[in-house]
Amino acid sequence: MWTWFYKLASPPYVFGVAAALTPWFFALAALTIGYGTVAGLVFAPPDYQQGDAFRIIYVHAPAAWLSLFAYTTMAVAGGIGLIWRIKMGHAVAAATAPIGASFTLLALVTGSLWGRPMWGTYWAWDPRLTSELILLFLYVGVMSLRPAFEEPARGDRAAALLSIVGVVNVPIIHFSVVWWNSLHQGATVAKIGTPDMPGSMLRPLLSMLLGFMLFYGAVLCIRVRGEVLNRERQATWVREAVKS
Amino acid sequence: MKIDGAAVKVGVWEAFLLVLRRELALSFRRPDQLLQPLVFFLIVTTLFPLGLSVQLSLLRDMAPGVLWVAALLSSLLSLDALFKSDADDGTLEQLALSGQGLTVIVMAKTLAHWLVSGAALVLVSPVVGTALAIPEGAFGTMMLSLSLCSLTLSWLGAIGAGLTVGLKRGNVLLSLIVLPLAMPLLIFGAGATDRAISGTSPAGALYLLAALCVLTCTLAPFAATAALRISLE
Amino acid sequence: MNIAPDGLCVEKVHVWRGDRHVLRGVSLDVHPGELMHVSGPNGTGKTTLLRVVSGLLRPEKGGVAWQGRSIATTAAEYQSALAYASHEPALKSDLTALENLRFTVGLKRRVTAAELRSSLERTGVGACADLPARVLSAGQRRRVAMARVLAFRAELWLLDEPYTNLDGSGSSLLSALLAEHVGQGGVALVVAHHDLNVAVQTRQLELQ
Repeated sequence: MWTWFYKLASPPYVFGVAAALTPWFFALAALTIGYGTVAGLVFAPPDYQQGDAFRIIYVHAPAAWLSLFAYTTMAVAGGIGLIWRIKMGHAVAAATAPIGASFTLLALVTGSLWGRPMWGTYWAWDPRLTSELILLFLYVGVMSLRPAFEEPARGDRAAALLSIVGVVNVPIIHFSVVWWNSLHQGATVAKIGTPDMPGSMLRPLLSMLLGFMLFYGAVLCIRVRGEVLNRERQATWVREAVKS
Repeated sequence: MKIDGAAVKVGVWEAFLLVLRRELALSFRRPDQLLQPLVFFLIVTTLFPLGLSVQLSLLRDMAPGVLWVAALLSSLLSLDALFKSDADDGTLEQLALSGQGLTVIVMAKTLAHWLVSGAALVLVSPVVGTALAIPEGAFGTMMLSLSLCSLTLSWLGAIGAGLTVGLKRGNVLLSLIVLPLAMPLLIFGAGATDRAISGTSPAGALYLLAALCVLTCTLAPFAATAALRISLE
Repeated sequence: MNIAPDGLCVEKVHVWRGDRHVLRGVSLDVHPGELMHVSGPNGTGKTTLLRVVSGLLRPEKGGVAWQGRSIATTAAEYQSALAYASHEPALKSDLTALENLRFTVGLKRRVTAAELRSSLERTGVGACADLPARVLSAGQRRRVAMARVLAFRAELWLLDEPYTNLDGSGSSLLSALLAEHVGQGGVALVVAHHDLNVAVQTRQLELQ
């Protein structure tokens, strides 16, 4: 099992694996998102309180979940690069940062659009929204720090350290709706025991969640390949690969 | 071998105090630089009432927020200098090679920084509090929460300063990095003072603030040391 | 490569700065009582090599050993045994020469003010002991830095362009101090782009 892990430290191997995985990720993502969209928008019954407005959850919740997942991935990958000095860790961290930031922005925007019919306002300074906004700023900080160094290797290490420091925010966001009374609704899916939602609403949501993660995986693979090519541009295998 | 076999090794506590003395000596030889953040703090807190021309009662409602934003911004001004001067003249390398471990040195420097900036802000805060119509009964909570906040901020700033010390226009990046990390402090700190003003118990917010402070003071030294090592390479 | 049980051993060190392969498998070893002169044109990595040897910079490949043990694992002990002088004199301009020495040497070993003053006397800047560093000339600052190296009483001297800004008497003084240090069994690694005129056998390493 560890041999697989060591192989992941090798740039050409990562390049190849990412290339192989991308079409699969896209295909499965298309299926799950397709099902989720149709089932969620058409077949799920309207919510008795919110009517059809609740359907934005099918984009908002997965986007918010992915924003946290991507940040954690970035911090873990950066940590691997920092502690064990495995360059591919930094490549994955650099690749995932803009994707995570985009998901955060999507979560904030969809949340804001949802807030208008639900709470009467586009924005409220409650714990979950505020901590999600802080997450966006943390992403921006990490993405600004990396290129500020003249030497890319040092920029990678600095960005990795910063993302690890910021990872403390991730559990705060997740648990903010539990710890504080807030406008934002509580956990619906992740509760231990039976979730609060009926199956016809829950299945599309889970499907969208899975679909978003697969989509993230696909885009990450593409970006990682780009990062690898850029970082290893001096290596002979890259010259061969680019020629062919 | 030439080295003096009887050379007395310097203990960790002794080294800590030596660096602390060095930092305080350096700070007090430049009294103008010492006072600038304080003056900035006073000016910024004046800007809000002037700009908004509000009633006294409304001013009291805004006061905790205004105080905190001003304290945050003036702390940021002095954070940039935490490691920069030593990095520029090469003395940081001498400290890094002193055999004492960079963590002790970072702790002494950060504590010294807090003493001359954060602690000074806390001492000046009653003056500002009066100007912002904060009732005297709330001063205790205000000063306690400001102390906890500023100590935590000095540590978060040490991490940011360690990461940005060698960069051009590092002070802009420093703010960009430190402010998001400091936002929870702002929320709890201002919240505690707010509650003290309105008469309800600020205990909850103060406990959370203290928890954040303890967490940061425990973990930040290692992060700041790691950050500095990256910048020293 | 035979690892000397004492002295400095650098083994196949590689350092990249961005895309540039600055140090390509550099190896050297210096035994007690030896002086090594590292020379080479600008940009060949002389300062980088010195920083790797001091432990400030971790090489991508290869390592440094002092007295048979890797410096990565024995950082505190190694730092206690070395005196590093960068090509800037590294003094705080607001502190006096004496204070500058006290706050750096004082971290490595307990020193008295008298000892530090005598080090300053030896390098010819005894009269400047209580003057703030900002009023000293470049040559005087270099002499204060030399006094600091002396005051460390370290076995290993790592000096980067130590003759910069020194006048004739300063240069001969430095050469005499180097000869004395090496003569007493110390190790010295000196980076300089010019020839050294030290009255001991000097080994050479030229970087390309």
